[in-house]
Amino acid sequence: MTAYSRDDLRAAYLAELARIAPEADLSSLDPAADVREELDIDSMDVLHLVTALHARLGVDVPERDYVRVTTLDGAVAYLATRLGAT
Amino acid sequence: MSDAELVPMPMPSLGADMESGTLVKWLRAPGDRVERGDPIAEVETDKGILVIEVFTSGTFERVVVSPGEKVAVGTVLAYVRPRAEVDHAPAAPPASAPAPVPVPAPVSTPPTTLTPVTPPSATLTPGLRPTPALATALPPAPAPRASATFVRASGLARRLAGEKGIDLRAVRGSGPEGAVLATDLANVARAPEPPAPSEAATPDARTKPQSTMRRVIGAAMARSKREVPHFYLGHSVDVGAALAWLAAENEKLPPASRYAPAVLFVWAVARALRKVPELNARWDGDAAPPLPDVHVGCAVALRGGGLVAPAIHHTDRKALPELMAAFRDLVERAKRGGLRTSEMADGTLTVTSLGDRGVEWLLPIIFAPQVAIVGVGRITERPWVRDGTVVARPIVELTLAADHRVIDGHRAASFLGTVGELLQDPALSLVASKEAP
Repeated sequence: MTAYSRDDLRAAYLAELARIAPEADLSSLDPAADVREELDIDSMDVLHLVTALHARLGVDVPERDYVRVTTLDGAVAYLATRLGAT
Repeated sequence: MSDAELVPMPMPSLGADMESGTLVKWLRAPGDRVERGDPIAEVETDKGILVIEVFTSGTFERVVVSPGEKVAVGTVLAYVRPRAEVDHAPAAPPASAPAPVPVPAPVSTPPTTLTPVTPPSATLTPGLRPTPALATALPPAPAPRASATFVRASGLARRLAGEKGIDLRAVRGSGPEGAVLATDLANVARAPEPPAPSEAATPDARTKPQSTMRRVIGAAMARSKREVPHFYLGHSVDVGAALAWLAAENEKLPPASRYAPAVLFVWAVARALRKVPELNARWDGDAAPPLPDVHVGCAVALRGGGLVAPAIHHTDRKALPELMAAFRDLVERAKRGGLRTSEMADGTLTVTSLGDRGVEWLLPIIFAPQVAIVGVGRITERPWVRDGTVVARPIVELTLAADHRVIDGHRAASFLGTVGELLQDPALSLVASKEAP
């Protein structure tokens, strides 16, 4: 399994978010804010995000955990736990 | 063999809100053999970059409009020599245009209900806005014009640039093929401000011009509300069994293959249209005979504003896995570009949902000349009487707006009831996974 740091996971999450909301200024994103509200992301976008994270990191986020990846901080913590990140 | 027998390929209207389009690039070159439904060009509109398909099988004969040109709806873009002629025609001249570029394989069956020379728009917007008559005689092919003024850019970037007075030609694009994205505009200086008009010269200085998309959507909806005698029906449906089935399926599937609840509603609507075909129709100015194919349109809100309602072809014939793949692909392309003209024009009934936004029920406006639209609200836990006991169940409010010139409440209620029955069918797991005959 590839070793990821929390910075790697943060970068990966933001990169996939940028594909979904290319017009958004993610440098000013509140890491605790729900991206569905902050970036006008709908349920299909969330499914797209989860699919992209699966392809990029190999983490299969089950449907019941979607809500845990809807904030930057939450997603990094969740992915770090799943991947055993440093 | 005469040029008069060539089939013109006009700039299609992809809805009542489209007046013109800019040709981005040709995907095929003169001399190429083309099959009906092949992608042949990309066009940029306020709704993004759309892929135009060819509606006549034969040989791509002649280009009339060059990349970078903005032309009105109905303007002839190119000519196709139909196949019957091709068989007897001299060999096509060598292609002078660049070699064709690879394009994605079609995601849907080419339309079968349109006549070869009619753009899809002709069936989409009768009566909504006059479409320029199609040329019947061949004009001389103009010399290719330079496309130096055309800049590839997203619809949002184009709108923002217009609002901020930024010249897109001066912006370095970071998007696909150098397309300018909204984020590329962040550090670009504005063009010099023109002298501010005096108060006297500005009737209302607070008035901000509407975007083209907003204006034409407004015009189309106003006309639909004014001319189509809408009536509305509502139906509360317990979707507990359906959601449980979806959750169980999704547990077994990788994210790329998982279902979204929205697709269940599209699936049920498509199957219910078989039982009540009167609603699978378009008003032609005098009547709305049922159409043979079911192409359910899916309203998709665009980032930056506006919406589109592209259709999934032959929705009723697709098993749920295939339908979900098509739905996902359609939503993706609606938001990021790449919709096809047939998808924009062929819808026979539209499904719209605001459940994601927390809306519990909605009364949508019919996307004329379609004769009905289904609204899907938010799925919420509510007290529900089941077997004589009040229990908490996930309930969704379905609404139907229908054209009273075409159907009465009794039959419309049958349609909405069928949608509800399908969603509550205990055999859903069996029927949803099978392709309909």
